[in-house]
Amino acid sequence: MGKKRVAIIGTGQTYHKSHRPDVNGQELIHEAVSSALCDADLTIADIDAIVIGNMDHFEGINYVDCWSVDGSGGVMKPIIKLTTGGTTGSTIAIGGYHLVASGLFEKVLVIGWEKNSESDTTGAITTAFDPVWDRLVFAGAISGLAVEAQAYMARYGATDRDGARVSVRDRKHACNNPHAQLRKEVTIEDVLASPMLADPIHLLDVCPRTDGACAVIMANEDVAPKLASKLDWIWATSSRHKYTYIGDVNWGELDSMYNASREIYKKAGIKEPNKEISVIELYQPYSFAGIIWIEDMGIVPRGKGAEYIWSGATDMGGELPINPSGGVIACNPIGATGLIRCAEAAMQVMGKADIRQVPDVNFAISTGFGGCMWTDMILHGQKKPDF
Amino acid sequence: MSENMVIDSGNARQPFNYSVGLYGSKFFKELKENKRFLGVKCPKCSKVYIPPRKVCGECFIETREFVEVGPRGKIGSFTILRYAFIDPETGEQKPVPYGYGFIRLDGADTLFQHYINISDENKVKIGAIVEPVFAENRKGTIRDILHFNIVD
Repeated sequence: MGKKRVAIIGTGQTYHKSHRPDVNGQELIHEAVSSALCDADLTIADIDAIVIGNMDHFEGINYVDCWSVDGSGGVMKPIIKLTTGGTTGSTIAIGGYHLVASGLFEKVLVIGWEKNSESDTTGAITTAFDPVWDRLVFAGAISGLAVEAQAYMARYGATDRDGARVSVRDRKHACNNPHAQLRKEVTIEDVLASPMLADPIHLLDVCPRTDGACAVIMANEDVAPKLASKLDWIWATSSRHKYTYIGDVNWGELDSMYNASREIYKKAGIKEPNKEISVIELYQPYSFAGIIWIEDMGIVPRGKGAEYIWSGATDMGGELPINPSGGVIACNPIGATGLIRCAEAAMQVMGKADIRQVPDVNFAISTGFGGCMWTDMILHGQKKPDF
Repeated sequence: MSENMVIDSGNARQPFNYSVGLYGSKFFKELKENKRFLGVKCPKCSKVYIPPRKVCGECFIETREFVEVGPRGKIGSFTILRYAFIDPETGEQKPVPYGYGFIRLDGADTLFQHYINISDENKVKIGAIVEPVFAENRKGTIRDILHFNIVD
């Protein structure tokens, strides 16, 4: 069996909310799976294998691959779980891509989900870090992100207003997305007046915690064109990790993202990412990342991120819209978050993004971020890859 | 009662026993007995790591040479935590605010995470010189250091 090209043929998500006491885990999963099957016009019998993921420690239940089969459709099918922290949603997408590209499975269902309402999110995230060396002072995602922002601000003189401008963008975009949790615009003044969580991050600079699920269906090049008229071809994927202990991180630059993006550009022959990429769904858990990480991606030179954001280039209608969905600041069911980026990028390429559609999308990028400084990246394209 | 019930797990508790290995053990013994910080140096790239570890991941080569680093250093980056959350180490709310620092101990290439004394917040800056305050009754854990003070 040779390598197969892979396309996304359907996506589905729940209507994400801060708390869904009306459903348990498998019921939440089932909503997203049903929605994706409907979008792809398939039944569960058409699915050859399933990849599922979440962060176990948020719900305190392991082995979702086993206990959720009623909801996932995994009864008597090949099903595996992948979990990589914040990157889980993007990792399961990459895992699904690998299964289809390998030629072993024609059609694969990928499911990411989380019920963040079921535990203390920061306490649970902290358990992903080394208990002997790293947990004493660590305070979940926000502490690491605040440290990154401090390092960047000291280097380039960025301000909290610059960060706030990113929140304003994403929260505005979210109003176009019926699935987003936070669908209300905020102003720069609102962001700066919101409680300081960890200097320089205010409450409105950072993602909420969310209950939600997302599902994506992938098919190989032999069957995808027969199954769907609109396809999102996966051109390249990349995954990068750098540190063992969190003090190893090069704070202020996201080395994993720099490296992942260069691998993607090389594979696809992209020379000028800001011109050749039409839209980015960035796993951007806080506002300052919207400035820093586009520099790491080579969209703008070092130190120029804030200027690019203020120019409106990344707003809807700009040169390179970022997060038409409203992104992670508006919605964050963690195990699903990376897969939602993938699904939203796919919808943009397929022309299915309704009022949040960016015109004429050729290439889209979706990313995943986790463990504070890991990166996953997927390049989506309208044309079938020529390699 | 609400139509959609939520069931409380109760006060679950699960203790663990973590191995720190030979290098980690050596670090904590030195810290406890002599208030010294030990890093390790990569024989290939010469990077000095703290905490000490047996392999330099970038060179994928075994490290053998222990080198003393600190005790003073500079703040590499930091934040001040101001929101309360459940500390998984204790099951209790973490006392806030606290200074959260990444310290470049003199002679080390990686950063060491610990508390920074924030009694004067204006002095907590990247590049500020800090020194450790050790616990009197040291047990061979990361808590043998109480926090780092800013040195004027």
